[in-house]
Amino acid sequence: MPERVGIEVSLAASEAACSADADVIAAYPITPQTHIVEHLSELVADGKLDAEFVPVESEHSAMSVCIGSSAAGARTFTATSAQGLALMHELLFIAPALRTPIVMTVANRALSGPINIWNDHSDIMAERDVAWIQTFAENGQEVFDLIIHAFRVAEDPEVLLPMMVNLDGFTLSHVIEPIEMLSAAEVRKYLKPFKPQMVLDPKKPITMGPVGMPEVYTEARQQIESVLLNSKRVVVEAWKEFEKLYGRRYRPVETFRTRGAEVILLTMGSVSETAMTAVDALREKGIRVGLMRFRLWRPFPLAEFKRAVKGAKVLAVLDRAISYGSQGGPVFTEVRSALFGEADPPQVFGFVAGLGGRDITVEMFNEMVTKATRYAKKKKGPLYEMIGLRER
Amino acid sequence: MMDAAIANFKNFTPKNLPTVEPLAQGHRACQGCAEVLALRMALKAIGNNVIVASATGCMEIITSPYPQTAWKVPWIHVAFENAAAVASGIEAARKALMRKGKIPKQRTTIVAMAGDGGTADIGLQALSGALERGHDFVYICLDNEAYMNTGIQRSSATPFGAMTTTSPPGKLSMGQATWKKNVPAIAAAHNIPYVATGSPAYYTDLMNKAKKASLIKGPAYLHLYSPCPTGWRLAPERAVEISRLAVQTNIFPLYEVINGQYIMSRKIKKPKPVEEYLKLQGRFRHLDKKTIRQIQQRVDKEYEALLQKAALSEGTEESTDQADK
Repeated sequence: MPERVGIEVSLAASEAACSADADVIAAYPITPQTHIVEHLSELVADGKLDAEFVPVESEHSAMSVCIGSSAAGARTFTATSAQGLALMHELLFIAPALRTPIVMTVANRALSGPINIWNDHSDIMAERDVAWIQTFAENGQEVFDLIIHAFRVAEDPEVLLPMMVNLDGFTLSHVIEPIEMLSAAEVRKYLKPFKPQMVLDPKKPITMGPVGMPEVYTEARQQIESVLLNSKRVVVEAWKEFEKLYGRRYRPVETFRTRGAEVILLTMGSVSETAMTAVDALREKGIRVGLMRFRLWRPFPLAEFKRAVKGAKVLAVLDRAISYGSQGGPVFTEVRSALFGEADPPQVFGFVAGLGGRDITVEMFNEMVTKATRYAKKKKGPLYEMIGLRER
Repeated sequence: MMDAAIANFKNFTPKNLPTVEPLAQGHRACQGCAEVLALRMALKAIGNNVIVASATGCMEIITSPYPQTAWKVPWIHVAFENAAAVASGIEAARKALMRKGKIPKQRTTIVAMAGDGGTADIGLQALSGALERGHDFVYICLDNEAYMNTGIQRSSATPFGAMTTTSPPGKLSMGQATWKKNVPAIAAAHNIPYVATGSPAYYTDLMNKAKKASLIKGPAYLHLYSPCPTGWRLAPERAVEISRLAVQTNIFPLYEVINGQYIMSRKIKKPKPVEEYLKLQGRFRHLDKKTIRQIQQRVDKEYEALLQKAALSEGTEESTDQADK
């Protein structure tokens, strides 16, 4: 097994794309994703990664280049954040429809306005419905591993969908962590060369991206949905295979001290490490609290989620984004809907915190647990609540 | 100055026209569509060893209503404003895959195609980026001078005075109030090796330019005049005639810019008055004498400026094309 080295997580993400031997990288710089593309361009400039680095003039073109590249049969990687992801929005729907298995890391950041370069999940939550497989990393090792995993899943002939690996901007992307980085040779044991099923080749002409009239559009969209839902099996299998080869285990839903827990906190991303600290302290005080987090967000791991919350009385959901004019944060509304009609479900309460780089502290998790418990006793609470909102 | 890649290029003549048809007949274009005609000519010249990335637009919808396709060569449509970027990706992919021994080493022409809206307006940024990065590809702008696919709305390539559904003449309006954006000049300003204008009325000239564009290594830009009888309120059988008139009136001059050198493809000794061109089209029917005079002055001035650029270019060679004589 390789040694752990101290490295900035962004650089580790680039090293993962390098070990995966990406053929084409097209990216546009945006804070806090910049270190990823800078390092990739260095790896190409130094001849460590044999790839075409396409320094595009916008994220819209970044994704367009990626689609063209993947359609021409190249293993394709990109990275973006916030406004960049939003600028790609139109194309994010098209990449899965053309079955182009692009891998993209998203350094999660707040959307404007006001303009804000710091971490939350408003960028990615606005792209929930684009038919990309989406995973969320908690730490640097996971970022590296999930990128390798993403290539394997995306390029699986049964999947052929693009995949996003999310990491929190700054709070994860810019920290230095000890990471075990797999070499290209080690990755080759896990990741076979990309064999596209349909490719733009003058020897075997195909028409990609034709007009879908009303007679075929519904079926075309349904097929994408069905492929995305079926991809979960491949996602899970690929994690099992990863564990066999490299010893690290990943699951769609991760739980921490949920056995016998009455209250479960639900988080995503790197803030889960703070949440674990909070859970440990609360358990010390005899409060029966546990933590779960989604590693896989799309396709939604419904069965795993239900298993994880079974037996709990209260579910306190943390959202790092507002779903304007809705009935709570995007994660909250989704999990509450997932539990509707279940026998003896936990009461679900939503909390929004940590927007635009505002810290989420252990105390905030304590507050969420206390409030959710109180609301549950009264069987009544606000639809959702903002934690750490200043009065003036 | 002749680029090495085209130094030995033998011109097409009416006697040796290519027989390949990368774009099949039986597509759904309107009667008299000279856009699909220009596209067909360009593709015939380029041949079957090609991959085409198309923008959204007339040419995309008429050739690809699933489950039918008019494309006998690999073709991809992604969105409206990004044909140049998609082509960039295809080119980059093939370059990497060839270098890494994953596909056979063989040069294939990568074509990006879009209408004037997809080029001069919404796709201008992606085009500029691709030209600046120096990808080895051919960009074809099929200029029918408005957003025809959506119902004849004005673009920045719509000529002054033209009636469109968003530049209607009225009490306070004489139609399109701005002068046509000069995209070939913008392309040439990127210092790319090849820029040319072409017209379906001068088919060997158009085909020679398309072939040269594909032979030259690096970015090439072709601006093809593409009459739209439906949008121009023109009799469908007059699409080629109007194409010829556009050249003979100096409204759409034919030229090449090879490595920065302007070369006139044909010098019009006695240009016809623009009115002869304008009067055949319903989109100009409302123009008064004063506006027509204004257009004439502008056309004369622009043509003179073009001739000066050509005169400044050293070693100016006239095209050997004979089709018009």
